[in-house]
Amino acid sequence: MSLDKKYPKEIKQLLAKYPPEHKRSAVMPLLYLAQREEGYVNKEAMQDIARILDITETEVASIVGFYSLYHDKKAGKYRMQVCTDLPCALRGADEFLNNLCENLGIKVGETTEDGLVTLESVMCLAACDRAPMFQTQGPDGIKYHEYMTVDRTMELIDALKKAEKEGKE
Amino acid sequence: MTKQVSLTINGTQVTVPEGTLVVDAAKMAGIDIPVFCHHPKLEPVGMCRMCLVEIGRPMLDRTTGQVVMENGQPKIQFMPKLETACTNRVSEGMVVMTLSDKAKDGQQGTVEFLLTSHPLDCPVCDKGGECPLQNLTMGFGPGKSRFIYDEKLHLEKQVPLGELIWLDRERCIQCARCIRFQDEIAGEAVLGFDERGRNTQIVSLSDPGFDSVFSGNTTDICPVGALTTADFRFGARPWELKAQASICTQCPVGCNTTLNTRREAKSGGDIVVKRVMPRQNEEVNEIWLCDKGRFAYHYAESKKRLTKPLVRKDEKLARASWDAAVKLAAENFSANKKDFVVLASGRLANEDLFNLKSLADTAGGKAILYSDMAGGELTRLVGVGAGTNIGTMGAGDVILVVASDLYEEAPIWWLRVKQAADRGATLIVANPRATKLDRFAKYTIRYAYGDEIKTIHDFEKKSKISDEFAKAKNAIVFFGSDGLGVSGTGALASACANLLKDTEHVGRPNNGLIGVWQRANDQGAFEIGFEPEEDLAKALKGKSVYIVGADPVGDDPNLAKALNGAKFVAVQDILETETTEIADVVFPAQAFTEREGTFVSGERRVQRFYAAVPAQGDSKPDFAITSMVAKQMGVILEGSSPSVVFDILSHSIDAFNELTYEKLAELHGQWPIVGRGDLYYGGTTYENTQGLGVQLMPVAQVEGTVKLSKVRKEAALRPKEKELLAVPVNKLYDLGVTIASAELLEQRIGDVYVSMHSATAKKLDVEVGSLVKLSFDGVNGEAVVKIDDTISTGVVLVPRSMGIAIHEPTLAKVK
Amino acid sequence: MSHVLLRHRDIPDLNTLSVYKKNGGFAAFKKAVSKMQPNEVTDVVKNSGLRGRGGAGFPTGMKWSFIDNKNWPHYVVANADESEPGTFKDREIMESNPFQFLEGLAIASYAVGATVAYIYLRGEFWQVAAFLDEKIAEMEEAGFLGDNLFGTEYSLKIFTHLGAGAYICGEETALLESLEGKRGQPRVRPPFPPSYGLYGKPTIINNVETFTNVPMILANGADWYKSMGTADSSGVKIFSLSGRVRKPGNYELPFGTTFRQLIYEYGMGVQDGRPVKAIMPAGASSSLIVVDDKVLDTPMDYATVRTLGADLGSASVIVLDDTVDIDWVVNKTIHFFKHESCGKCTPCREGNYWMRNLTERIHSGAGSQGDVDLLLNVAKQMQGKCLCALGEFSTMAVVTGIERFPQDFKKAVKA
Ligand SMILES: Cc1cc2nc3c(=O)[nH]c(=O)nc-3n(C[C@H](O)[C@H](O)[C@H](O)COP(=O)(O)O)c2cc1C
Ligand code: SF4
Ligand code: FES
Repeated sequence: MSLDKKYPKEIKQLLAKYPPEHKRSAVMPLLYLAQREEGYVNKEAMQDIARILDITETEVASIVGFYSLYHDKKAGKYRMQVCTDLPCALRGADEFLNNLCENLGIKVGETTEDGLVTLESVMCLAACDRAPMFQTQGPDGIKYHEYMTVDRTMELIDALKKAEKEGKE
Repeated sequence: MTKQVSLTINGTQVTVPEGTLVVDAAKMAGIDIPVFCHHPKLEPVGMCRMCLVEIGRPMLDRTTGQVVMENGQPKIQFMPKLETACTNRVSEGMVVMTLSDKAKDGQQGTVEFLLTSHPLDCPVCDKGGECPLQNLTMGFGPGKSRFIYDEKLHLEKQVPLGELIWLDRERCIQCARCIRFQDEIAGEAVLGFDERGRNTQIVSLSDPGFDSVFSGNTTDICPVGALTTADFRFGARPWELKAQASICTQCPVGCNTTLNTRREAKSGGDIVVKRVMPRQNEEVNEIWLCDKGRFAYHYAESKKRLTKPLVRKDEKLARASWDAAVKLAAENFSANKKDFVVLASGRLANEDLFNLKSLADTAGGKAILYSDMAGGELTRLVGVGAGTNIGTMGAGDVILVVASDLYEEAPIWWLRVKQAADRGATLIVANPRATKLDRFAKYTIRYAYGDEIKTIHDFEKKSKISDEFAKAKNAIVFFGSDGLGVSGTGALASACANLLKDTEHVGRPNNGLIGVWQRANDQGAFEIGFEPEEDLAKALKGKSVYIVGADPVGDDPNLAKALNGAKFVAVQDILETETTEIADVVFPAQAFTEREGTFVSGERRVQRFYAAVPAQGDSKPDFAITSMVAKQMGVILEGSSPSVVFDILSHSIDAFNELTYEKLAELHGQWPIVGRGDLYYGGTTYENTQGLGVQLMPVAQVEGTVKLSKVRKEAALRPKEKELLAVPVNKLYDLGVTIASAELLEQRIGDVYVSMHSATAKKLDVEVGSLVKLSFDGVNGEAVVKIDDTISTGVVLVPRSMGIAIHEPTLAKVK
Repeated sequence: MSHVLLRHRDIPDLNTLSVYKKNGGFAAFKKAVSKMQPNEVTDVVKNSGLRGRGGAGFPTGMKWSFIDNKNWPHYVVANADESEPGTFKDREIMESNPFQFLEGLAIASYAVGATVAYIYLRGEFWQVAAFLDEKIAEMEEAGFLGDNLFGTEYSLKIFTHLGAGAYICGEETALLESLEGKRGQPRVRPPFPPSYGLYGKPTIINNVETFTNVPMILANGADWYKSMGTADSSGVKIFSLSGRVRKPGNYELPFGTTFRQLIYEYGMGVQDGRPVKAIMPAGASSSLIVVDDKVLDTPMDYATVRTLGADLGSASVIVLDDTVDIDWVVNKTIHFFKHESCGKCTPCREGNYWMRNLTERIHSGAGSQGDVDLLLNVAKQMQGKCLCALGEFSTMAVVTGIERFPQDFKKAVKA
């Protein structure tokens, strides 16, 4: 189903934020919308957005390519993005990420076998005083998880797993 | 007049118009500042940082606002940092240093940075020898690399962006010239950057890839060998090429071109055309070409070229001597003087058409233009005034485009009209269906097929649009043949001419009527006195016909039938066609690449083209063949020198006002300055060194007034309840002889199709993509169905020259 | 002392409309709209000496007075991109004291005649944006946003807009491009946003913290504000303290507070009681300051910090102790800048890629002194040549790191 058929109300609201002659401004919010379900923007969605905003598909793709929170490939349902930038690293973020990798048995950039979590290392998330920390990017948007330990992270993943199972049942 | 500003560049005093960029001011003064991202036709972006220079400005006293003086001179304050010459505009008293140690250090730094990512494949690069980066490396680069070669980022090398243009990702220096050209100039943002930082790469997601008819231009302005054409890629090294001036033969715009030629083993040691490049003419095509003009030239090298005269013997065509062939034709024409008909097309040069017309006139025959459009007598009267340059139109001016899809019919006009609209000109597009120009129009008028004349007449009524048209400083009307044939276009031209006259938009530069003709020199043919026929089949039947530069048999079964009933058929062409097959005599003509001549563009600019390659076989220029035939018939026509033919022409036809070849070869300074040694500035486009041509004055301009006859009443053909109206439309890439043999464009030509409103399709019970049978007036054809809901219902659009012969609106049946 | 910006730390539930109103909320906005001319508002801000908190420290009132009144409409944009490593103050304001920020934004909009304002938040602030949307809706409900505010002709709408992971979008012209639905790449300047901004219209862009000062300045007067801080840098600043301190976090302090006070009084000193080796006062974009007693006693204001060979910038103070190797720090910052370079201009795009190769090599122990010299040279070759300040920022730690901590690099290439 096309994006505008699926989310008519949301799209109308988003477009209302910007002057009608500059509706192109809505490309970023529309991309979040397109990414909501699958975690990435597929070709059809790019075409839909291009049509809605009267720009070319290439222009839409060029936005997807520029910003690091848009993805054009499928990954885990949740992207677990650990900040390893300088301030967090000064507070043990690198070790935290390493330990997490060991615990999950995957490398940075890889996805857990069940397809639930992709582990990523990212730049500063404006939570430098609460390291180690990460954000999860998933169907319900982006959430911060601060003052983390490996144990608390594993608990979180278990909770996600459980929710996933219940959701399926 | 714009204010002039004086500044000093490298110690030289320069005076330029206010608002000029420093880099352009330097160029005007003959000083080259190296650039990559800057291009004089594009908006400044200052991103490559190649043009770093030192800029100082007179110091102002903070309290008095007066220039601070020091030793009787204004005190100059230099910026602590280098500045980009491509983004800073000149100001009074500015001092620019492009060669200081600091400036050179900055420029060298940029070259070194670029080279860290650039591959070292100059020896196999198409741009080698005309590469700005290569040149600047020689001039400014470091002698030795400090960057470890193994750490270079390796990227994909041969990436087709579509079937016409290839990208080498490693060679790309991210200057965005191609992206900006597509966005700002072509208005088709089908190229973009993917990713960011060092991973920034060019992509195109359009379908088909790089979907723009202007794509070839990006290879000219790409300052490295990242973008190349599929046509020329690995074709030759630039330094092996010779250059000859020519004119594009694909449409009435008359783009100035350069033919690059080379002797080639592959072609049996012949000299062949390797590529077609734009040649600067700011009043015609600036420095651009459309892809059809750039890639379709191959037809002149087709295997189907005629090289020897042929004469029908025992039902078959057999080789004959020129004497025998000419004699046979002349005898037949002389014997049937009353029935002698010359049928020629606007593919021919003025010299050819003039001799043909002279022959017809003296032999008492009739000269018919092979065209679906009329109205040429009106562009002679109220065509655009000499001095017209769409490139100078903008705010306060109006351009009306009616019954034409300029993008498909005359791409460079489309581009120029679009840019005039960008500059503020009011664009009115009146067409029965949506076209790509609509996006740039202030007003779009959608009328039903058949309502063309009424639509123009409505301009005489009071409305916002008509008011704006009437009050415009300047107004140009383009009329075309979307949905119209000879009689329809004639009536439309007349309505448009009257509108222009009534609103006093005639007889001046940037005012008047332009016909979007089907062929490059239709305007020339009209000037010389050729006229189209409303019923061509009737006009040919039972006649003794001399067909030149046209394929009526291949185009239309009705014409084939008519010619089968002709007394005698002589055909003169460069290629074998279905018409040559039925001929009694065939004369092999030279292609435009092999001879000299002139064309008249739709804007009535007379322009010369030159011989670039030797003639094939025994072929001769058309005007010479005609002169031979004429001589046999006792008529003396100049047959050896095209310039002499042109002299005679220009002395016998008033509009040409005694023009000469010399006059047509004259030049005047053009801005921007392109194509010189510094290829980085304007790209590989050629500077014009062989003539800018001369625009003819319309009668309204010569005489200051003009008389027009009333508009003919055209009975609008409109489908009734159960009927279906088939109308012709024009398509850029069609099956016409001048492009069908260009292999590269095959994919873009596509299937034979018809398009209609979805409601019409529903009524006919056909679906998108299904194959339907179409029949009308003795014509049958098969085509794929396309849907376009901007078309009125009950109408089916049939593209011309795509296999289904259609000349004008007709009632049709679809199965 | 009670807070000016982080008032939620003194007043519980300040992020609810009723509590905010009860504590004088929207009085300043009401006064501005109903009793003051727009230029009078600008004048008060000008007189307060308030300088932009986004990093450059440009006088805020002066910026507002540059708005081009010949070209309409006008826009105001709040820069909530907060992506400088080490900066996390705007987030706290928006999460905990949202109304004061929104009120400041509204007053600024009135002052420059904008009827639409946007808040550009970094994409990661997804939850913050949702929260602000709620607060904006509450304000509309209560008549603090919308048409004919306080019974006047003035109308205002505020919208949030999320970025999507690009540090460069904090640069104001890149932010505008991004808000226009394009790739977030900086524009050539001039023209500056007050004459050519969003959609080519005159636009005022300020940092979240900058706006948050405004209601208090209007309520208490310019002189009150000027009575805090130093002559050069008036008022208070939120210092984001991070790195090897015991108690990292945001501290709102008057300008002129010393590094020592910040680190030891508020940050409770360095972890494990080790000495401070270096300070980066402006996040990853910062020059590295070699720390000694004199440095620790330097007051933090724009002019004085400059005497230490560094800029105060956004005042995101990253503390490095003697266990930290500077070659490692530089490798981290270059990793960041290489990732965040937008790719538009050559020196930054190519230079950061090249520098990253060099810092990796040096830090991994595979480098030579020649590599260190080359790194320094490449960084300097970039300086003064980039299109925007990001390119410049990326060289700061490299150049000051190598020049001020040569021994760390010597050690790295020897090992
Ligand atoms: C690379 C770069 C990143 C920036 N990031 C931010 C940012 O995250 N937040 C911010 O307020 N200003 C940032 N700025 C500064 C802005 O460009 C701009 O100066 C500021 O928003 C103006 O607001 P102010 O006058 O209130 O400081 C950044 C500048 C640069 C060059
Ligand atoms: S300095 Fe960096 S971030 Fe700024 S324009 Fe250049 S490439 Fe982009
Ligand atoms: S920056 Fe001036 S030419 Fe590219």
